Amino acid sequence: MEEIILARIQFASTTLFHFIFVPLSIGLAFIVAIMQTMYLIKKDEIYQKMTKFWGTFFLINFAVGVVTGIIQEFQFGMNWSSYSRFVGDVFGAPLAIEALLAFFMESTFIGLWIFGWNKIPKKLHLACIWLVSIGTILSAFWILAANSFMQNPVGFTIQNGRAEMNDILAVLTNPKLMVAFPHTIFASFATAAFFVVGVSAWNILKKKDLLFFKKSMAISLILGLVSGLGIAFSGHSQATYLMTAQPMKMAAAEALWEDSDDPAAWTVIANIDVENKESTARLEIPYLLSYLAFSEFSGKVEGMNTLQEKFVQKFGEGDYIPPVKTTFWSFRIMAGTGGLLIVLSGLGLFLMWRGKIVESTRYLKWLVPAIFFPLIGNSFGWIMSEIGRQPWVVNGLMLTSDGISPNVSAGQILFSLISFSLIYTLLAIAMVYLFIRVIKQGPHEKVKEDVSASDPFEMGGLQNAAE
Amino acid sequence: MQLSELWFVLIAVLFVGFVFLEGFDFGVGMSTKLLAKNELEKRMLINSIGPFWDANEVWLITAGGAMFAAFPHWYATLFSGYYLPFVVLLLALIARGVAFEFRGKVESERWTLTWDWSIFLGSLLPPFLLGVLFSSLIKGLPIDENMNMHAGFLDIVNIYTVVGGIAFVTLTYLHGLMFISLKTTGPLRERSRQTAMKMYLLGGGVIILFTVLTGLYTDAFSDKGIIFYPLYSVAIILYLVLFPLLRHKKEGFSFTVTGLILMIITSSFFIGLFPNVMISSTNLLNNLTVYNAASGHYSLKLMTIVAAVMVPIVLGYTIWSYYIFRKRVTSKEHLEY
Repeated sequence: MEEIILARIQFASTTLFHFIFVPLSIGLAFIVAIMQTMYLIKKDEIYQKMTKFWGTFFLINFAVGVVTGIIQEFQFGMNWSSYSRFVGDVFGAPLAIEALLAFFMESTFIGLWIFGWNKIPKKLHLACIWLVSIGTILSAFWILAANSFMQNPVGFTIQNGRAEMNDILAVLTNPKLMVAFPHTIFASFATAAFFVVGVSAWNILKKKDLLFFKKSMAISLILGLVSGLGIAFSGHSQATYLMTAQPMKMAAAEALWEDSDDPAAWTVIANIDVENKESTARLEIPYLLSYLAFSEFSGKVEGMNTLQEKFVQKFGEGDYIPPVKTTFWSFRIMAGTGGLLIVLSGLGLFLMWRGKIVESTRYLKWLVPAIFFPLIGNSFGWIMSEIGRQPWVVNGLMLTSDGISPNVSAGQILFSLISFSLIYTLLAIAMVYLFIRVIKQGPHEKVKEDVSASDPFEMGGLQNAAE
Repeated sequence: MQLSELWFVLIAVLFVGFVFLEGFDFGVGMSTKLLAKNELEKRMLINSIGPFWDANEVWLITAGGAMFAAFPHWYATLFSGYYLPFVVLLLALIARGVAFEFRGKVESERWTLTWDWSIFLGSLLPPFLLGVLFSSLIKGLPIDENMNMHAGFLDIVNIYTVVGGIAFVTLTYLHGLMFISLKTTGPLRERSRQTAMKMYLLGGGVIILFTVLTGLYTDAFSDKGIIFYPLYSVAIILYLVLFPLLRHKKEGFSFTVTGLILMIITSSFFIGLFPNVMISSTNLLNNLTVYNAASGHYSLKLMTIVAAVMVPIVLGYTIWSYYIFRKRVTSKEHLEY
């Protein structure tokens, strides 16, 4: 019993930590690629400075993303060997293809990009960062294809006691994937956009490099608004998908014990009593849940009690209700931060358009903590998605408790949990420290003083001495 | 040839490629402590592998992914069975991976020293652990009838596997030195070659000891002598040829030779294993084989198609990137890291 709890904490901490860096990398690669493209089109030095400055954050962040990703890939076998045996046939293929298609591309072209300034033709060098960007997006697609199989298993048959793939097209057109992929990509773009916006706001408040940071902010606010809207629309399709494929998750996200009325109202907040299976003090918006679930203003949503009975009939005795409070509140935190992003970027673009951005200090001050809003939204989105699927590791096919490695002891997991957590903490500290340094240093390239090569007369040393 | 056999070969190729490519990265990483004499030399070393190391590591990640996809049971048994060594391996790879990027970003002695140690340990431990892993694989491990491995400390760490680990460390270090002599200029270039010559006898001793122990502790020579005797003979002949190459400053050939030796030894593990992928030391019936550990035909076919399309493309741009950065790293040019 201890093993399962520890293994789950391990998985959650690794995944959540990894997913701080992943969206930032996906988004920053895209933004940096846009900036470098503008440099080539407009031939204005400022865009080259932008590329290099924001590129530094991208590279630092990418390094952490890569190394935490290795744990992510290996921990399935380490902690979840029974799961790996059961789904490897379907689940392993996207991971292998991800490595072959995306990881090689990212890592090779990122090397070419870092070391290729002045070594390869400008257009080819630009192509390198675009290939990195495409690589990060492809990588997201394949890993989400794998995760979507856990949420909504398709394209397989049960053979030799395990799930074997029989239709790759079904795996790649999994309805869950079709909604999760855009949702994740937009969230990633928003994450990077608000990072750039926040850092820019901080510098504008300090009146440093105004032109540079205003331009950076403008590009990112546009991307921020587009992504914010993209998140909302793809999020809505996630909800309608949930109704058909994972109704229990939907009911838990609404803390809906009994079937809803028709039309169904959306619960803003509620006091959830898991023991007595009731939610009281509900603050509701009429019609909204029907709309979320079915894209129309009517329709009944099934409650957890009804679904539990159905599941018992289908899968046998057991508790099929996920942790309701976590699912319910994660959903609200995620949706709330998403809404904030739209408001903030819309307001920012309006202020920019009116030419008032520099004076709007109260707004700019909001943007600095807003760096963390998408990160919070991302984390709680995954918490809702993964916790809401419990008790299943593969929805309807395998229970989480059946997935762990039978030959790994609690002590071993604890050891790895402690050592990984420790290194995560150290990495996070080092990264924040580096980020702050890069921000303080600003977009100007460090000119290293080389005393031996400089002639004091040439450098204007004589004039200074005379003064 | 069945598809599962093909995938066994492909996974072997991925590991062999990984050891060849990341092998010199590890060697260069060790050299930052053992060979470099000052900050500039350290930076030259790091920059010599700067554009490549990340992509080289992807060979390992792809090998892991391919195992998961083509042999789920192999992946599950191996990764859960080697739990603690893998934790250490991952920690080492993490420390090394961020160190290259982080090290040069702050000018402070403590900062630099921290990442120097990360690079050194992160380059020393992985080849050692891989050597231990490969040699214990071929020696056999306690695997039960449900394909689960229950290895105690001594099953994984014993004389044979430790010598295997040391052999990998020695050979990757030599390989790294050859890479340095090929890719740098000035005193570093000369010193790396001289260090390799000083290490020559030690390296030879390690290879011979490892070969003898492989004969004693595993069934490889008795079962597959027809391949193993010629294979190891070639490795030893190559090692004998290395000395004159070093003396006559044939840097390209020396690098090729250390690479070939590493590749021969790595592929010998897979040849020794076949048709098994994991050998059970408790009951031969519990062996995992390329047949009982593999995925279904559909998955394997799909992966084969993807690999047939993608591998040439990946190899193409990998070679291109080595071509772009073919010049030696000098102390005079701009160093990125």
